[in-house]
Order: sequence, then structure tokens, then C-alpha cells
Amino acid sequence: MKLTAKEMEIVEILEKDSRVAVEDIAKMVELSVEETKESIKRLEENKVIVKYISIVDWTKVEEHPGVRAMIDVKVTPKRGVGFDEIAERIYRFDEVNSVYLMSGTYDLSVIVEAKSMNEVANFVSQKLSTLDSVLSTTTHFILKKYKHDGIIFEPDNKDKRIVVSP
Amino acid sequence: MKSTKSTYVSKLVNDLKPSGIRRFFDLAAGMEGVISLGVGEPDFVTPWHVRESAISSLEQGYTSYTPNAGLLELREEIAYYMKSQFDVEYSPKEEIIVTVGASSAIDIAMRTILDPGDEVIVVEPCFVAYVPMVELAGGVAVQVQALKENDFKILPDQLEAVISEKTKAIMLCSPNNPTGTMLSKHELEDIAHLAKKYDLLIVADEIYAELAYDEEYTSMAAIEGMKERTILVSGFSKGFAMTGWRLGFVCSTPEISNAMLKVHQYALMCASTMAQYAAIEALKNGRPEVDEMVKSYRRRRNYIVQSFNEIGLECHNPGGAFYAFPSIKSTGLNSQEFAEQLLLKEGVAVVPGDVFGESGEGHIRCSYATSLEQLQEAVKRIKRFIDSL
Ligand SMILES: Cc1ncc(COP(=O)(O)O)c(C=O)c1O
Repeated sequence: MKLTAKEMEIVEILEKDSRVAVEDIAKMVELSVEETKESIKRLEENKVIVKYISIVDWTKVEEHPGVRAMIDVKVTPKRGVGFDEIAERIYRFDEVNSVYLMSGTYDLSVIVEAKSMNEVANFVSQKLSTLDSVLSTTTHFILKKYKHDGIIFEPDNKDKRIVVSP
Repeated sequence: MKSTKSTYVSKLVNDLKPSGIRRFFDLAAGMEGVISLGVGEPDFVTPWHVRESAISSLEQGYTSYTPNAGLLELREEIAYYMKSQFDVEYSPKEEIIVTVGASSAIDIAMRTILDPGDEVIVVEPCFVAYVPMVELAGGVAVQVQALKENDFKILPDQLEAVISEKTKAIMLCSPNNPTGTMLSKHELEDIAHLAKKYDLLIVADEIYAELAYDEEYTSMAAIEGMKERTILVSGFSKGFAMTGWRLGFVCSTPEISNAMLKVHQYALMCASTMAQYAAIEALKNGRPEVDEMVKSYRRRRNYIVQSFNEIGLECHNPGGAFYAFPSIKSTGLNSQEFAEQLLLKEGVAVVPGDVFGESGEGHIRCSYATSLEQLQEAVKRIKRFIDSL
């Protein structure tokens, strides 16, 4: 889909904050509210805007049991399908959040989310390592998130300017 | 016996008007939960890679003086920047001086060109420092008023009417603080014509040149035949979000630059070394961030100007900078009353227009260099305030 300049602006605004009111977006991009609604609808229908989600810092939630691990996986690629088949086998697991094919010392980077370290351990030992093509795994648990998808989790947003200046 | 002086302060300084901004600063600084539209600087922090290059310069021990005119590498970057961005060619070795903000650039320009009694035409409403700087340099500031009905653009006739034998220069600022008004190429040409006709200099404060939203920016020095009669003042404070670094520059003819360098070298020696290293990085690699900031200001300008008009504060569409300058005449209050009551009742700080000159009366300066959330809240509070009158 080819975006108009205004649509591009709308996407940029919503990508930063999906909760900005249509009326305010309309003012910012100099369109009528109706036109803005139309544009957003078009963007949604064409799946340029896929979904509106919240970025949650679960570590702030007391007793929330989530853990995240990054697993480096070495595999043997298969003739004809390369890494795609094994990648699909892996990403189909519900525990798996992301899978990337990597250059370097291992092949697939797998991000897993689970309730506890134990659950991750079980996933690795029982589901992942037992796959035929998987040669080895190295699991790294994430201890703290500082920045995720361009969002800094605890940014220093303090306005350090003096309140009135020339 | 020695006679007792009533004051040690010179008459010149004693007679300078205190800045009207100061009073609002004092009022607002003591209050909690204030939303400030009174800030004359970007809400962005200097991009990290720029800060990083200053840190790195310190790590490497670049802590000594630079040449008076600034690091040659920086002057070369400035020359490249002025050429590529504004189509004016300056020689890094002869025509560019790195200064301590645009502020010191204006100061050394005034001290360099003015003999006692020389007149500088200052277009108001304007940046609060122009008139005092002319006066401190021994000159006389002749003020002309850009009017609301002309979208705060000065008309050539108005300028011509005050040009005298003693006029040395016209001080221009586009985009303007506090009105946001930007002069088009055509309007600059009309003023240039006067400068040539009466053999005047133009001191062009182009510190907001990066922040132009609707039309492409035209520099006074890019107007045919004007480079040789322009002192172009600019810097890193606004476009590159570097106010606290205190770094600017001034470009002019070799003759004037050489003279300004005398003042600069005795008064300031050179600008801060680490800031100069940061500025090199800003010019080399800072374009993407500048473009992002401009986009963001533009959206907020659109938001705030429409919102003001909707709530009954008539506001012209400013072509640049980050100020909206709505009229508050419909409220029956003058600008000092409006700003003070708004601050006390609703906790919104704005700057009353009259501090920028008489023709600013009846208006308030609202900086939209603040987050959209803050702007939304400010509009809500201002509306409530107006409705309560
Ligand atoms: C029109 C104008 N000129 C000059 C300055 C001073 O800028 P600098 O920080 O470069 O000294 C300002 C700052 O508010 C300004 O608005």
C-alpha cells in the first residue's frame, strides 16, 4: 500500500502513542476528523496498522510469575527447506514468543516466555532439545528489561528546563 | 575626601529595563504543578551521539582553548552546513566566528558596528535582549512595531519611515521569537532593497532557521547582493536542541568578521571546547534528529493554533520557531493581567506579550515545545480560565 504524506504522519503518531484521540490527530495533520477516521480505517484494513497493544512492564506487577529467556539454538538444516522447517516446528510452540535466524556461532535465536524458570527448563529439555535437527541449546534468562522495541522502560522524563525563559 | 557614590553601577546599566520575563519566572518557579508554555527552548534533550562526542572529547583530554574563532573543523562544518542548507557560502577561515550562543554573536556584532549614538532599527515584538544589547554597545534602538493585522510582518514603509542619517543597521529575526512569524523570500527582498538604498547593514538573527514548517527557509544572506551587508547570527540552541551548551556562530564579510573577532577574542577568548566538539558531531550526523524534531514541532503547532482558535483566542498561523502568539484581547484583560491570573488560577505559565515590545500587548507567547499531553491539559485549563472571566 502506498501511503499519502498525511497517512504516513498518522502512522507515525499512532506508532508512538496509539491512544491519541482522532480529534487531536486530525488537528496535527491538518485533516478533518472524518478524513482522519477514513485514513485510519484504510490503514487498519490494509493491515498497515496491525494491532493496538500495550507495552507492559510485568516486573512492576508484584508476584507476577513471568520469565523470559533467549535460547541460542544450533540446528542441522534440511535439504530443500533449509532452516524454515525447523524454525516452524519451534515457533509453533505457544511458549515461543519470537524466532530469528541468525548469522554467527548459532543458527536460531528463540525467545521464550513462561511462568517460571522451571517451565523454561522443561520446555528446553523436553520439547526443544528433543527435536531431531536440534544439535545444542544455550539458555539465557533475561534479568531486567531496560529498553524494548525502542521503548525505554524507565526513562528519565524529568523536564530539566527552567519554567520560564526568554 | 572621597565623595560617596550613590551607586557603583553605571548609569547605562542602571537605566536598562529589567526583563519582564524575570518576574514571571519568579512567580512560576515557586508554584507546584505548573504547566509551562513559557519556555523558550526545545523540550528535546540533545541527541545522545552529540552528547557522547563531548564526553569523548573530555576523555581524550581536549580541555584547552581553541582558536579564537573556534575549531577550524567546526568552522568548516558550519560553512558546509550554511551552503548545503541555506545556499550561502562563507569562508571558514575569514567569515565565520564560533560564539557563546547567538546571544554573544549579537553582542559582538553590536559592539563592532556601533559608534555612540548610532541607531539600530529593532522590529518588535522581539527577543528581549536586542534593545539592551544595542544600548550596551552605545547605540540607540529605534523600535518599529510589526502589527497583528500584518501577521506580525514588518512592512518596508514602516522601516523606511524611521530610517535616519544615523541608522546603521536593521535587526531582523525570522522565524521570530515571540510571534513565530517567518518572512518569505519576497518580503526579505523588499527589506534588502531598503538596506541597499540607504546603505544599511542587516543583522539577521536566524537562530530559528531550522524550524520552518510551511515554506522553505530563505536566509537574508542568500538574497541577491545581501551577503556583503548581512551579519548572520545563528547557532545550535534551537534547531539542534543545544541551549545549555552555549554555542552559536556569526557570519559576515572578512572585514566585519575580522573586527568582530577582535571583540570576541578580548571579551570571551573562545567558545567552550567540549561544546565545539559536540557541535561538529551535530552538524555531521545530526540531520535525522533535526528532521524528527521539526516534524514533531509542526504537528504540535497545528494542534495548538487550531485549539486556541477554537476556544476563542484568535491566533495567526506561525510559520516557524516554536511559539504561538494568540490574541487575548477578547477577554478584556491586558497581557500582564491575563498571564498572571492564568498562572495563579490554573497553573499555566505563559509569557505576556508586552515584554517583547509594545506591539506585543494584547497577546501571550505560548511555547509549544512541550509534550502533547501537556499542551492538551494547558488548552483545557486556558479554556476554563477564559470561561470563568
Ligand atoms: C530570537 C533569539 N535570538 C537569540 C537567542 C539566544 O540564543 P542562544 O542560546 O544561542 O544564545 C534566543 C533564545 O531564546 C532567541 O529566541
